[in-house]
Amino acid sequence: MSNLSVLYDAPGPKAKARNILYTVLFLVVFVAVLWWALAAMADKGQLDANKWSPFVTDSRVWTTFLLPALGNTLKAAALSIVIALPLGAILGIGRLSDHRWVRIPCGAVVEFFRAIPVLLLMLFASALYVQFTDISSELRPLYAVVTGLVLYNASVIAEVVRSGILSLPRGQTDAAQAIGMRKGQAMTHVLLPQSVTAMLPALVSQLVVVVKDTALGGVMLNFEELLRSVRTISANYGANTIAAFTVVALIFIVLNFLLTSAATWLERRIRRGKRTTGAVVTIDPTDAMEADQLGRPAIKTKQPSTPDEQGRLDG
Amino acid sequence: MRLRKSTAAVASVFALALTATACGSDDGGSDGGDGGSEGLTIGIKYDQPGLGLQNADNEFTGFDVDIATYVAGELGVEPEDITWKQAQSPERENMLKNGDVDFIVATYSITDERKQEVSFAGPYFVAQQDLLIRAGESVENTDAINDLNLCSVAGSTSAQKIQDNFAEDVNLQEFGGYSECLTGLENGAVDALTTDNTILAGYAAQAEHQGKFELAGLDLGLENYGIGLPKDDTELQEKINAALEKMFEDGAWAEAVEKNLGPAGFETPDAPEITEGS
Amino acid sequence: MFDFLDLQRYDLFGAFWVTAQLAVFSAIGSLVWGTILAGMRVSPVPLMRVFGTAYVNIVRNTPLTVIILFTSLGLFQTLGIAMGGESFKETNFRLAVLGLTAYTAAFVCEALRSGINTVPVGQAEAARALGLSFTQVLRLVVLPQAFRSVIAPLANVLIALTKNTTVAAAIGVAEAALLMKRMIENEAQVFLIGGIFALGFILLTLPTGLLLGWVSKRVAVKR
Repeated sequence: MSNLSVLYDAPGPKAKARNILYTVLFLVVFVAVLWWALAAMADKGQLDANKWSPFVTDSRVWTTFLLPALGNTLKAAALSIVIALPLGAILGIGRLSDHRWVRIPCGAVVEFFRAIPVLLLMLFASALYVQFTDISSELRPLYAVVTGLVLYNASVIAEVVRSGILSLPRGQTDAAQAIGMRKGQAMTHVLLPQSVTAMLPALVSQLVVVVKDTALGGVMLNFEELLRSVRTISANYGANTIAAFTVVALIFIVLNFLLTSAATWLERRIRRGKRTTGAVVTIDPTDAMEADQLGRPAIKTKQPSTPDEQGRLDG
Repeated sequence: MRLRKSTAAVASVFALALTATACGSDDGGSDGGDGGSEGLTIGIKYDQPGLGLQNADNEFTGFDVDIATYVAGELGVEPEDITWKQAQSPERENMLKNGDVDFIVATYSITDERKQEVSFAGPYFVAQQDLLIRAGESVENTDAINDLNLCSVAGSTSAQKIQDNFAEDVNLQEFGGYSECLTGLENGAVDALTTDNTILAGYAAQAEHQGKFELAGLDLGLENYGIGLPKDDTELQEKINAALEKMFEDGAWAEAVEKNLGPAGFETPDAPEITEGS
Repeated sequence: MFDFLDLQRYDLFGAFWVTAQLAVFSAIGSLVWGTILAGMRVSPVPLMRVFGTAYVNIVRNTPLTVIILFTSLGLFQTLGIAMGGESFKETNFRLAVLGLTAYTAAFVCEALRSGINTVPVGQAEAARALGLSFTQVLRLVVLPQAFRSVIAPLANVLIALTKNTTVAAAIGVAEAALLMKRMIENEAQVFLIGGIFALGFILLTLPTGLLLGWVSKRVAVKR
């Protein structure tokens, strides 16, 4: 986005003055809204020190409530992604199979689970465990949340894997075949190892989606994760729901921001690297909200810039 | 579902028969439940001030906790040998059926529907449904509820009861927990929070809330709190009933009420009569 | 077999109607707000660019559940913004639309921005040579082309939005997921109930995808 100035002329004295005016107006409106919100909160006693100070002065809030809850959030997210990865890889490779009886069921499974809200999957899994298993009530929310997330994310990962493999130059398959490899061998020895690096950034960004979705399990299934800890904290510190909520939201934002940055860093590194094809599978910005589906791969493969791309706005 | 209910009904008939024959056996408890030789695992609420609350030191406080500790003591279990487990409302029956806990003391109302799946000892407290309002306001009578913006917890029986019995068209907000309702009550978006007066008193009694909220003092129906047991564990039921009886008599019960709910201006009622299991 | 499906007790069609309304209103809202955000991100005023970037980065990294709960607990319960709702039911619905809009707009903005990047530089240069101002360049030349190239990603955003409406259950909006939670807790036919709701969502998302896929092919800018 270095070159967006193509959309407007270099500002002359008049335009500069206008820009300053806009800046000031924008700032005034922004500050006014902020001021009003803070004033209203102060008026209702929501900014009282005793509602906020526990988070700074009382380390036990962190050690007893927030950190264990954050641990649960991370545990659910990690479990989900670790289980979803192999499942997704199988589904994704299955979708590329030459055999129709493999390709079509895999495709159907992927499309089905991508069309259903992850909350429904969690609710369904929870009911299933209540009725048909005797998993203890402490573990059930975790199981239900992880099951829901695995089903959904395996199908997203399947698409990542599929486009990761499709992103490799056709020559790789040809060369593998030329030296006498079977289809399976070509996949495991040539295609997968190369596409994994291309897929890595997409997988890390998918982790952000997973972390965000665990919060749903906290609210709807009483899974003891970060967002759910707001309730226990506010029960202890005099209904400081808003304060606890703000702190939890900040933790989520920081955590996800770190993950997003890691994904960007990985992507850049891989694209710079000489040893790979330089292709990177990215989940479309739109897809970070669980978007893509139905035929159009929203997951795009970016090849190193081609002459065609130069002369575009970001070229 | 229908099938499951009928089997449960048959089971409860058996239960009644068994209970009737088990009557009269009384040996001072030595070990209770099947949660190991020494300790006990007890289900309580973790986020209910005044009843069962996990505090910042990872200790548990509240009326239910005091009851459970006393009963455990009578069963020969020291407080440090008690393992607390969180018993969230929708999970309580499952926890008992799965044997996750030995018994549950968690604002657990004795109802016929629940008795088809679990057994109870007690009751150890008779709560009544009430409203929590901002200090200085008042709700004259049950007719006035219709004009209130009411808050309760999703899936709770309290809200359902109000709609069925007192105020059909009440403007009802449902949240996942009571503390969310309290935020609305504090800031004026809701006028009243309804549930059992014990729970309400627990919130009103918190140090941060002194003088902010009060109970409306309406009687919107009774709730008999019992100690939930695995179905048909009549031996444990006998022992717990005896322990409760003793607690009522030696003043420990009144003390526990006074200590946990008193600060909200909650008058200590007479101890209830034990009705389960005999 | 289907006797659990007591439509008197469980208002299945009503719940899906609420889901559909949530999706439609939030879609309109997020398209408008997302376009404004995209405009800010490419505008000549540095402060607006900063605001747009910060907004998108913060909102994208916040769980939707947090945002929706915030509209209820923060905006309504604390600041008293009832969105003109007469009852909690109305207010909660409008708050959910607001939350979904705020969240989805960040993704609309990003889709649009990548669409703006596909418009050849010559287009903007030619527009400027004609003496058009920044807003005119965007409104008359760049955005119309950008929109046509991002219909497919936007369709994905809308489908995700439809699925995300289920999060409104967290503040008690009587939409499909909340009904499913109630049914699945009270009735034993877990698979049938799950199947019905899954089907409902497939029916809601499939036409959107197909329709917009067709539209995107029709209006694609041939280059």
